[in-house]
Amino acid sequence: MTESATGNGKAGLSAENQAVLTQLTRKDFVSDQEVRWCPGCGDYSILAQTQKVMPDFGFARENIVFISGIGCSGRLPYYMNAYGFHTIHGRAPTLATGLKASRPDLMVWVITGDGDALSIGGNHLLHSLRRNVDIKLVMFNNRIYGLTKGQASPTSELGKRTKSTPDGTIDHPIMPLSVALAAEATFVARSVDTHTEHLQQTLEQAGRHKGSAFIEVLQNCNIFNDGAWRSFTDREVREDRMLTLEHGKPMLFGKDRDQGLRLRGLHPEVVRIGENGVTEADILVHDQHAEDPYLAFMLSRIFAPDFPVPVGVIRDVQRPTHDELMTAQLEAAIAQRGPGDLGRLLNEGETWTVE
Amino acid sequence: MTTAERKLPTQDLERVTIRFAGDSGDGMQLTGTQFTRTAAVFGNDVSTLPDFPAEIRAPAGSLPGVSGFQISFSSLDIHTPGDQPDVLVAMNPAALKSNLDDLPAGGALIVNEDAFTKTNLNKVGYAENPLTDGSLKPYTVFAIPISTLNARALEGLEMSNKQVDLTKNFFALGLMFWLYERTMDPTLRWIDDKFKAKQVIAEANKRALKAGYAFGETTEMFHTHYRVAPAHLPAGHYRNITGNEATALGFVAASTKAGRPIFYGSYPITPASDILHQLSGYKNFGVRTFQAEDEIAAIGSAIGASYGGALGMTASSGPGIALKSEALGLAIMVELPLVVIDVQRAGPSTGMPTKTEQADLLQVMFGRNSDSPVAVVAPSTPADCFEMAVEAARIALKYMTPVVYLSDAFLATGAEPWRIPSVDSLPEIGVQNRVEREGFHPYDRDPTTLARPWAVPGTAGLEHRIGGLEKADITGNVSYDPDNHHRMQMLRQAKIAGIADDIPELVASGPERGELLVLGWGSTYGSIRSAVERLQSDGRSIAHAHLRYLNPFPRNLGDVLRRYDRVLIPEINLGQLSMLIRARFLVDAIGYNRVRGKPFRISEIVSAAEAALNGETLQ
Repeated sequence: MTESATGNGKAGLSAENQAVLTQLTRKDFVSDQEVRWCPGCGDYSILAQTQKVMPDFGFARENIVFISGIGCSGRLPYYMNAYGFHTIHGRAPTLATGLKASRPDLMVWVITGDGDALSIGGNHLLHSLRRNVDIKLVMFNNRIYGLTKGQASPTSELGKRTKSTPDGTIDHPIMPLSVALAAEATFVARSVDTHTEHLQQTLEQAGRHKGSAFIEVLQNCNIFNDGAWRSFTDREVREDRMLTLEHGKPMLFGKDRDQGLRLRGLHPEVVRIGENGVTEADILVHDQHAEDPYLAFMLSRIFAPDFPVPVGVIRDVQRPTHDELMTAQLEAAIAQRGPGDLGRLLNEGETWTVE
Repeated sequence: MTTAERKLPTQDLERVTIRFAGDSGDGMQLTGTQFTRTAAVFGNDVSTLPDFPAEIRAPAGSLPGVSGFQISFSSLDIHTPGDQPDVLVAMNPAALKSNLDDLPAGGALIVNEDAFTKTNLNKVGYAENPLTDGSLKPYTVFAIPISTLNARALEGLEMSNKQVDLTKNFFALGLMFWLYERTMDPTLRWIDDKFKAKQVIAEANKRALKAGYAFGETTEMFHTHYRVAPAHLPAGHYRNITGNEATALGFVAASTKAGRPIFYGSYPITPASDILHQLSGYKNFGVRTFQAEDEIAAIGSAIGASYGGALGMTASSGPGIALKSEALGLAIMVELPLVVIDVQRAGPSTGMPTKTEQADLLQVMFGRNSDSPVAVVAPSTPADCFEMAVEAARIALKYMTPVVYLSDAFLATGAEPWRIPSVDSLPEIGVQNRVEREGFHPYDRDPTTLARPWAVPGTAGLEHRIGGLEKADITGNVSYDPDNHHRMQMLRQAKIAGIADDIPELVASGPERGELLVLGWGSTYGSIRSAVERLQSDGRSIAHAHLRYLNPFPRNLGDVLRRYDRVLIPEINLGQLSMLIRARFLVDAIGYNRVRGKPFRISEIVSAAEAALNGETLQ
């Protein structure tokens, strides 16, 4: 393939682009399209934080691609000044897989929602994660179908009354982080739309991860499911009801950082330092790089109101990526057999000549 | 190999059709393939029809477990695997029962008499042994204890009885080689190569093959053997090829010519999977194959790869094409090159997965929401798959459009000699990425082809957004403008229609004007051509035209249709091309439609054409 056919990778940047790269700011990633989410929607913040972190990855604008499915989240690529592809419902990971496999030089983001990723696109989520396709998948979770005006989603709480479930949904919700871990995701994290600094840090870490990164962003739909996460994300309560994970640090939370998570047998429990002889030494220490997924899985299960809601990077491990493995097989084939020779291929096997 | 010590008379034949039939574990496909290769390398024209069950191993000896392989080989140019076999090789009672109806009276029947046990006869409902009850009188029967003779030939080898029994198909093959004066050499070489690591198995198969040959030579059962001289095919270098093989090679050739690597996203499905298997062996050509989690992911990944500048391809059969429909609509909307292979099989639903049909034409034409035109091409013979694959890729890349390539189960598994083209003779496929920033708009169009520019990620200054929402003409921005939508629908339609100026005109074979035109498409080419030639030699006023481009049609199709008093359209569906022709050209076409999961017989088409010529109503 010629250079023009594939475009330039990061390494192939012209001097001009290299200069541009070092000067890129949030503004460079703002497209000329008018943003059309509802006023007050959590998506605005996610967009802003995404634009803010984009200059930090060392990729020129033309080497970044945003791919989305259907739903309110699906509009995000229109607002990013990069390459963007607004695809069909649930299928964004499939296009991202094909693109990344054939163009390893690109940085590929997938923007999706709880309905898009976990309902109609559930199969593709599982398989892109297990393959460790090198994509950054940001899932906006507002526990509702917004663009279709308010039906229950796979993360809606049991019994939730919506337009489609006037008597309460009878479908048990699923935990997105548990799904991602079960699918062998190598990077799993959670953040909140309005916690801008934390969201930026989380997106940063996801962007720097090599392999599939799954980020659940707890997002507020102020029209159809207002306040879905407020009971623990509000400024007044967040320190007491959320657990901000940091690698190598004890899992402490609370205004006075005097509460923590301890393991009793196989079960986590919330304890207070100083009560019943509990010391900091009893508190679990976060290890996001642990190869075994047990701690991560436990963290993916605990939630409000019985537990503080964990946010931050739950798991971050290394495994060869899908495009690396595919490229290695192509290179091995060329090393073994030489680059393809069409004439020889067509004449393979038993042939004969008619005079 | 010398032929006979016994000096037997040799009879020259123009054409012979053999059907090998046995249990699906009996190796009938392999036996047929080996005979085909040998006949092809000898210089005969060949045409084959593998016919096997979807079950991998149905219960041994049962009717659903019967697997067959028919090969016709000739000293003449032939187009079909033959209507009826001259020789039926039946390895068990089930094979006899399910194939005997096709054997004409006087036909030769070679049976493995060892398999005609009470148990096996009961399994398929024979109250009496047909070998002894006189019911096979109309045929020339050769009842041979193949299992016993074969086991004797293999005595002394360290093998289980079961392993020994598995080689009996090569005994039958050896016998057929003797009967038709064929050398065993290609098969012996194949055995050596195939069983390199298993000396005993190699030895066993070689002994079986030679024992069958020697049996023909020494027994007094056969009084003649037969010679089918090489055919006078056009000069050139040849190989034997199946439709699926030719399809894979054609796309690799197109990829090489266009300088665009193939990305092939596919989900396993009969009868398309072999293309995936074959392409996965071409990684040194830069071919990336991806076994997706489902049909939708398969096409989605292909669209993603095309977006990045590759030749994105996906393949399936009818049920999988149905699943891909929504994504195909996306590819139409975003106007990216994409090849969708549909190896059709009998339906609806799961239908008969290993049997052929041509009933996805309307699905691929119209099976999507809204007016959503795609180009559609259809190869007509196994060898033609190569040329049409190149065409499908050429059109997709030049016009920035999805192209559906309609093959079918008969083309996919059937084989014929293929005159290998030189690489230089293949069409150049020039395709450029947009790189100039000046005046770039994602939906600005080439004035001739109406193709939009291919601006792939990685191109500085051309960052833009595309998607499934309606586009504003030229800018590609999201638009709900009523007039814009109308304009874009017309443009998408016009782009596909314009391809008609870039494909060959339809040529009818036969008189330029006349009483009857037989119009076909796809794998029915051979049967129709043979039938029309037969009627032409009887002096009837009849011509044949075959459509390889179904959307758009060749631009002279209307003229061709109007030069004949009547138009007969045989199809292995219930009248899909007929519906298109009637709607488009207001021609009162007569349909001949049979959906039996099998190719047409020549005789069926002859009867249908005679009826049409005589103005009779078809049944």
